[in-house]
Amino acid sequence: MWSTRELYTAGLIAYALGLAGGLAGHLSKRTLPWLPGWLCFLSLSAALLEFGASVSALFANVEPGWVLSSGVPYLSYSVRLDPLSAYFNLILSLLAASVSVYSFGYIAHSAARRSPGLFCFFFNLLLFSLTLVFTASNILFFLIVWELTAVSAYFLVVFDHESEEARKGGLLYLLMSRGGSGMLLVGFLLLASAAGSLGFGALHGIGQRVSPLFGAVAFLLLFLGFGVKAGIIPVHIWLPAAHPVAPSNVSALMSGIVIKAGIYGMARVFFDFYGALPVWAGMLVLVIGVVSALLGVLYALMEHDLKRLLAYHSIENIGIILMGFGSALLFRSFGHPQLAALAFIAGLFHTLNHGVFKCLLFLGAGGVLHATHTRNMEKMGGLIRRMPSTALYFLIGAIAISGLPPLNGFVSEWFTYQALLAGFGATPTLTRLAFPVAGAMLALTAALAAACFVKAFGITFLALPRSEAADRAHEVSFPMRSGMAILALACVLLGLGATWLLPAFDPITSRAFGIAASHDFVAGNGLLLTPGSLQSGSVSTAIIALLLVAFGAVPLLLWLFWRRKTTRVSGPAWDCGLPGLTADNEYTATAFSKPLRMIFAALFRPRREIEAEFEVSPYYPTAIHFESEIQPAFEKHVYGPLRDGILAVAGWMRHVQAGSIHLYLAYVFVTLILLLLFGVRG
Amino acid sequence: MIERVIAVMFQMALMLLLSPLIIGFSRRLKARLQTRRGASVFQPYRDLYKLLRKGMVIPDTASWIFSATPYVLFVTTLLAGLLIPVISAEAPLSLFGGVLAVVYLLALGRFFLALGGLDTGGSFGGLGSSREMTISAIAEPALMLAVFTVALGAGSTNLSVVAQAALGQSWRFLAPQQMLAFAALFIVLIAETGRIPVDNPATHLELTMIHEAMILEYSGPYLALIEWSAAMKQLVLMALLVNVFFPFGLSASWSAATLLGLLLFSVKLLLLAAVLVLVETTNAKMRLFRVPELLAVAFVLSAMALISTFLF
Repeated sequence: MWSTRELYTAGLIAYALGLAGGLAGHLSKRTLPWLPGWLCFLSLSAALLEFGASVSALFANVEPGWVLSSGVPYLSYSVRLDPLSAYFNLILSLLAASVSVYSFGYIAHSAARRSPGLFCFFFNLLLFSLTLVFTASNILFFLIVWELTAVSAYFLVVFDHESEEARKGGLLYLLMSRGGSGMLLVGFLLLASAAGSLGFGALHGIGQRVSPLFGAVAFLLLFLGFGVKAGIIPVHIWLPAAHPVAPSNVSALMSGIVIKAGIYGMARVFFDFYGALPVWAGMLVLVIGVVSALLGVLYALMEHDLKRLLAYHSIENIGIILMGFGSALLFRSFGHPQLAALAFIAGLFHTLNHGVFKCLLFLGAGGVLHATHTRNMEKMGGLIRRMPSTALYFLIGAIAISGLPPLNGFVSEWFTYQALLAGFGATPTLTRLAFPVAGAMLALTAALAAACFVKAFGITFLALPRSEAADRAHEVSFPMRSGMAILALACVLLGLGATWLLPAFDPITSRAFGIAASHDFVAGNGLLLTPGSLQSGSVSTAIIALLLVAFGAVPLLLWLFWRRKTTRVSGPAWDCGLPGLTADNEYTATAFSKPLRMIFAALFRPRREIEAEFEVSPYYPTAIHFESEIQPAFEKHVYGPLRDGILAVAGWMRHVQAGSIHLYLAYVFVTLILLLLFGVRG
Repeated sequence: MIERVIAVMFQMALMLLLSPLIIGFSRRLKARLQTRRGASVFQPYRDLYKLLRKGMVIPDTASWIFSATPYVLFVTTLLAGLLIPVISAEAPLSLFGGVLAVVYLLALGRFFLALGGLDTGGSFGGLGSSREMTISAIAEPALMLAVFTVALGAGSTNLSVVAQAALGQSWRFLAPQQMLAFAALFIVLIAETGRIPVDNPATHLELTMIHEAMILEYSGPYLALIEWSAAMKQLVLMALLVNVFFPFGLSASWSAATLLGLLLFSVKLLLLAAVLVLVETTNAKMRLFRVPELLAVAFVLSAMALISTFLF
């Protein structure tokens, strides 16, 4: 039996072999048709090894960790698989395994086929560095692998470098990611200077030992820095620009787990480095969560680019996760460890669930994109007949992300609701009103998400194809279907078997709040989920699923009993008396979301232009040109002035850097003198 | 155990058999208020019976989603009906899902219904789906906030506990938070069941349809299942309103007194239906884009209900 440590190391080595193999394959300049398959196999086996390591670390009482000294001062390659790290590594390895399976079939059909070796190099590098991000326990080492993740993700995003959109999206991602890393560096160093050590172990509870102002500044910097990676509003704008343009297996990983690195960072900082924070901190996280969830889903509704729509939903779900985290912070501030554990579990569980269903949906979108060569939903339709398996898996993902029972999205949203409800009774004064209002906003978010996925699934897969490409679409290959099937199965199992998963959170909550609370959240022989006691509410997704199936007998019986002979005729749908129903009669994605565009017009500020060409009379147009767009509020009102400001400063800086070598020599000289003076004084 | 099974069977039968009666009663009363004679209160049963025996026309553009929708809608609504207290404060299956499960089971049915509307490929299906999802989405915050107010009062999302807490206090429906929450939920009830002034269940006029547009292509037994589900959904929401806010006569558990409860419950239900019909007859249908304003009123009412919980 292998120990955790060996499994973990073997996994890392397999990733490293994958990336080395990819690079070698790329440099050898030969086309090796077997290479991508082998490299995907390596990442699959690496993911399975890491999966084993994470499971055994999560349930082991000891905390596996080891240190390799680097010889460089302050830096040590220290790795620790504490419960929180193991949990995130578990999510990563689950998603990495299914995406690797999917990639067996996908690489040959995507932009990656031009240089599969290089693609596999970056792909394995991303997984390798992410594994280290989740397990590193030294600040410098963490920041290095953090940057490695950002850079490898950047190269994967711009892999289709012939597309202008990809280059722009990638650049925006890299720029904002750099800004976030800058904030992280300052925030971490503030904490580390107080602790006198760069090890994560020494930073436990450091937030309580620094001065309040110091702690607050570090908290804000770290929240915002990790927030850039997670895609919280208002630092989200890179996400809908970068995620859709990447190859779809990369988009799946980006939305499924790369942005979760930001969530991991927040969980680490909020619940490990800090003890009880002041109330404003929890309130800030809760409010940012609500705003991100609501605006994320509203912008998603306006998209008819399938992958951009999914990218906006990532912002929404990050918001839901942060509602859990924010409530947990508030409960800890008011001294309710059990409720804090409930809210923290809600957030962590939603992190896993969102990873699974968002990954599934992106893989499905990748299949659709591969079959129709477009991301524009207005050109799709009727795919359920042409790609039945992809449609089924996408439907499962859509039900899960809409938070509908009995799948996994419902369970974590149910926990979030319960945490928010409990907040009303457990917190004093005006704080308590924030909880039910946040709950109402979560309800609005979930209902809008359901509307959005009716649109996404209905327009993409149902009715008649709207273009020739959609008409000619075909089912994707077996490995791609298998990758999706694994995740669809995970959506079902995580939904029905949530009660059996809860003990996995015990080590995490006992480290953060000092209590292992899972047995309080499970009742009735492991069938019921409760928010702490049966009296305050319970739900059982397994029984709901069972009853839904069993009740199917009622309509079947009714029908069998009464019908005399089956007449089931196929006929045309009502076409308003026009000569035959065509795709032109169908509702479009734009039309579907029009009521919401009108209702939230104050936010979207929609603009539309209609031009009709006619020859005889305006009542008989020969061609109609329709254009509709919404105003990107953040890009225009926040980032526009910011960009102008940076350009102005850069213009001013130009005078300093004028290109004269003499001037530069003078700078060097002055700097040298100043440094010497500084050195002498010190 | 055996009692639980009987209770489940009884409530299931009640859901299935009582729901068309409420529809029939409403239609009859509405006709009388419009000085028409109207059909018998038992007409909906005859309609269902007739539809179940008829043949079906399935649009040739439709996929299996179209055929699965009636079943999904029917079973989710029926299950929601078993999670709520109807004639006894003890809902037979309330342990397996509280008020959140009820709301989300109904949402699952609606999700499929909207997909079924899009699946036909006609313009009307899409039109109905789009409007249905929009209206239900903007009704959701008002619904949830009012539900939270009630749940916070009882300290539970389990509806049996909520009903039992309501039973314990007499005259509590006069408390401001209860009245405000009731008003909010009443507006949501109108929106969710598709009645005037939000939607008109009696119309097939193209421009104003919502629910009817979605189900335009359904016929025969499928249509019967959908109509029946709509009736059950109305009963679920009305029973919730009646039992949470006016629980007199609700027996604390299943016993012989439950039968007396059945009588009282029917009377309260018919009264609520009468109020709904009165609202329907005295109002005109709103323009679609006026509906958000009505639902905003509901949201403000439930927010006020919540704040009054805080004050009193």
